[in-house]
Amino acid sequence: MNKVVEKELLSENVVKLVVEAQAIARKQCPGQFVIVRTDEKGERIPLTIADADRERGTITLIIQRVGTSSCKITGLNPGDALADVSGPLGRPTHVEKLGTVLACGGGVGIAPLYPIARAFKQAGNRLIAVLGARNRELLILEKEMAAFADETIIMTDDGSYGRKGVITVGIEDVLKREPVHLAVAIGPAVMMKFTALLTKRYEVPTIASLNTIMVDGTGMCGACRVSVGGKTKFVCVDGPEFDAHQIDYDEMIQRLNTYKAEEKLSFDGYLKSLS
Amino acid sequence: MPVDPQDLHADRGQEWRNELRASLSAKERSALPRVRMPELDARERSAGFREVNTGLSEEMAVREAKRCLDCAAPTCISGCPVNINIPGFIKLIEKGDFLAAARKLKETNALPAVCGRVCPQEVQCEANCVYQKMKKPPVAIGYLERFASDCERLAGDVVVPAIENRSPVRVAAVGSGPASLTFAGQMAKWGYRVTVFEALHELAGVLSYGIPEFRLPKSIVRSEIAYLEALGVTFERNVIVGKTITIEDMREQGYQGFFIGSGAGLPKFMHVPGENAIGIYSSNEYLTRVNLMKAYQFPSYDTPIVRGKRVAVIGGGNTAMDSVRTAVRLGAEKAMIVYRRSEQEMPARIEEVHHAKEEGVEFLTLTNPIEYIADNEGRVQQMKVQKMGLGAADDSGRRRPVVIAGSDYLIDVDTVVVGVGTDPNPLIPRSIRGLEVSKWGTIVVDEATMQTAVPDIFAGGDIVRGGATVILAMGDGKKAAAAMRDYLLKKPAGG
Repeated sequence: MNKVVEKELLSENVVKLVVEAQAIARKQCPGQFVIVRTDEKGERIPLTIADADRERGTITLIIQRVGTSSCKITGLNPGDALADVSGPLGRPTHVEKLGTVLACGGGVGIAPLYPIARAFKQAGNRLIAVLGARNRELLILEKEMAAFADETIIMTDDGSYGRKGVITVGIEDVLKREPVHLAVAIGPAVMMKFTALLTKRYEVPTIASLNTIMVDGTGMCGACRVSVGGKTKFVCVDGPEFDAHQIDYDEMIQRLNTYKAEEKLSFDGYLKSLS
Repeated sequence: MPVDPQDLHADRGQEWRNELRASLSAKERSALPRVRMPELDARERSAGFREVNTGLSEEMAVREAKRCLDCAAPTCISGCPVNINIPGFIKLIEKGDFLAAARKLKETNALPAVCGRVCPQEVQCEANCVYQKMKKPPVAIGYLERFASDCERLAGDVVVPAIENRSPVRVAAVGSGPASLTFAGQMAKWGYRVTVFEALHELAGVLSYGIPEFRLPKSIVRSEIAYLEALGVTFERNVIVGKTITIEDMREQGYQGFFIGSGAGLPKFMHVPGENAIGIYSSNEYLTRVNLMKAYQFPSYDTPIVRGKRVAVIGGGNTAMDSVRTAVRLGAEKAMIVYRRSEQEMPARIEEVHHAKEEGVEFLTLTNPIEYIADNEGRVQQMKVQKMGLGAADDSGRRRPVVIAGSDYLIDVDTVVVGVGTDPNPLIPRSIRGLEVSKWGTIVVDEATMQTAVPDIFAGGDIVRGGATVILAMGDGKKAAAAMRDYLLKKPAGG
């Protein structure tokens, strides 16, 4: 059992939880994730570690409410506990000094991007953050990113904050004006797909961190498989980061929809159980 | 570990045993027919996950025990990877002392209720039964093993042996499957402080996530674990050795010996076009969703599974049989085994093949998938297969399948389960410096001791064998425990 010690609402649908997980807090590196199960009947779902405090023995998880499992987790309050948290899983981000690094985060993808961007900054890179959200209310971690980033560009779909437009508009402005040595893209699959298409045109090496369906998270099941450069890879043990220019996003998007009907059925039942 | 013939001889020479042996002639014993395992009706059992074999009655067990001739030089034992004193426990059943029979089993086997259910007896102990020479069906050793251990459990009369000479020495097992459980039980009996680390939230490895409820009820697995806990073994769940904690960390914490029994946890795919379509699972994923995550109770449990109407399972081993029979229970109208060799070469237990057929599974042998075709949502719709013929024998002694040109055809499917085997999981070998790893990714050990290239690390089960059976893994665990004890005893104190 892992106790929740802190909870904060980052936006209408995005919740930050600080959870006790001493061993994981000690070992985790930017880019890694945990597998979480809320209760005896719960699913095992992967969640990226957004931050960790070694001294307190806690990790920070940022979760967007979309279905049964995410609603169960975000419904927990300080004092409640998760049934299981295991990790840290996946390969850590390879961080080195390259020059200028462009950190591109869409929606709740800004959460996993945050520790990676900070690590690149600490390694001595110039760090430009481009953060996208549907509107001002849904934008998360802006202050935290701006605290270390050399520049922070905000894009909103409706123009309610920052500049109006999709994230690739903001990214392209930077690519046009200065040399970028690496781009890191984390967000919805479509956002990563179009970011990758754009950075490929500018020949900027790009990594994307994928969040697919998983069960065990240790390479045992293969639910998370994706095609990268025509080869099947497991996100849990080979990733979660891959060369963004090699990923078959369309296949990945289809696979993310495997349980669309079941997810709706489960969520309807969950909502009914609340009322 | 060979059994001491003198011990066997002394056991057999007890007075009650001599009397029992004399009570019926060998001719009378061998004239008795082999018992048949009672089972649920195929139609009834296919609707759910209840255990198929319902177990022998006392009367049936005693009668079957009478068939055993109590040979002076029993050949059956040589077929058992953990060297159970087979006539010893069977004669206790004949005598009517079922609890003593269970204890006799536990002297050599920490998991008899599991082995009685999942071991391939037909190629092990029963293949070596003296009845084989007489061209008669062998004594049903597996059924009797199950009977005795079930009696003990159901009686609630599980005796935990007193542990003499408790040692302060701490040892660790990585993974909690059959190899580690056997290792842990043995070391605990010798007084060592044993901790077992499991990556998942549930213990027992393949016994939990892999083998279905209808073949191995999870309540039995739990009681075997409870027995080990009573022996003093500590279990830590959700700990991924190599990630959450390293062997190096554990050495610093004072652990002096390590057993790696992390299994062959990486599913093999065939790398044919379209294999990443929705609805195509590895058998590991399919079975894990159902057994570990209880997807068959969705939406009461949160984990979903595609409930296919037309399911093809690729492969001919026990895992493939478990998968296809699971598909039947999830409501498949057509459930198929697609296997590239003939039924004769199938590695599955005969009983599983027989049960699958009773449950309506179709066997497409000498057939191999070469492509999957998906609809516009990416869901698998059809599979293209080709027919195979059998050529000359290969390294495994089985005849090699060869493609029959121009024999391709399409089969409609909405779910496919790829059960063609597993590779060793690289997670642990990758995390330990100095370990010798083969080109197949298995950990290299000294076969006599199961010791790796790193002296305080031993290994066994599928991480060494690359994909074998529960009982072979258990044999490894046992061998490693004996060798680790020798290693620890010889080691200078405090070193």
